Amino acid sequence: MSRYRVFVTLKPALLDSAGRAVNDALHSLGFESVDDVRIGKLIEISMKDGDRGQIDEMCRKLLANPVVETYSIEEAS
Amino acid sequence: MKIAVVRTPGSNCDQDAFFALQDSLGVEARYVWHEETSLQGFDGILIPGGFTYGDYLRGGAIAARAPVIDEVRRFAADGRPVLGICNGFQILTEAGILPGALVRNAERRFLCMNAHIKAVDCKSPWTRDCDGVLSIPIAHNEGRYIADDEDVRRLEGEGLVAFVYCDASGGPAEAPNGSTHSIAGILNSGRNVLGMMPHPERASSPILGGDDGLRILRGFSAANLV
Repeated sequence: MSRYRVFVTLKPALLDSAGRAVNDALHSLGFESVDDVRIGKLIEISMKDGDRGQIDEMCRKLLANPVVETYSIEEAS
Repeated sequence: MKIAVVRTPGSNCDQDAFFALQDSLGVEARYVWHEETSLQGFDGILIPGGFTYGDYLRGGAIAARAPVIDEVRRFAADGRPVLGICNGFQILTEAGILPGALVRNAERRFLCMNAHIKAVDCKSPWTRDCDGVLSIPIAHNEGRYIADDEDVRRLEGEGLVAFVYCDASGGPAEAPNGSTHSIAGILNSGRNVLGMMPHPERASSPILGGDDGLRILRGFSAANLV
């Protein structure tokens, strides 16, 4: 069984409204040195006989929207 | 008697709650912005439903850290009435004022329907008028109440489960959202704080299809009599 972790995040140029709201909430809790918060998704995939190429294909076909998001893939032990 | 209706970016049941209190129940209500740090002069707090801050992170998570929540906590500790409805219930659990959490409905569908609920006992100001079955609307995506076993045992053992979902004749029924033991609303140990997913403010006048909700909202007056 192979296990992968896929991180999907909004491209830096786009407004991440959830990240901005959390950023402001952290400021109001006194964490004033927080400069920026970006929120993305972590997708964990377990599969039989998988390889990184297939995960990459999944990202392109479904998991991420290349217009607005970037992704990275990590192989988990 | 004056009740604070808390408004946060994303509140959307605030006007319904205001209407129910002021027009249906005849209780003075005032909107209060979530950045308020003093609720002096108020006798109770209502945290209405909505999708505060877009429910970013988790339902109610950011609103639960708003400045006004310190006042909610103080009212809760002082034994004054606090009612959290739907997102307001989520905020009370996120703030740690009530135990447990509200998670995605078991069937993974947004539920918008009338629900039958009944009071488990009538010892709290919120449930003293609630004998029999009440018909109250629900409208939520994350209304499935869960808590660890110890909290559930304590809630049930100490009579702090305020409402459970039931069938039309009051018999036991699975919660439409899959809540643990069909729990629809819970109390704090002082019984002055009630959090519930069903919307009593949407059942506050016959022209809305029913006014069973007023029997719950009257808890604001009852709590202040104690």
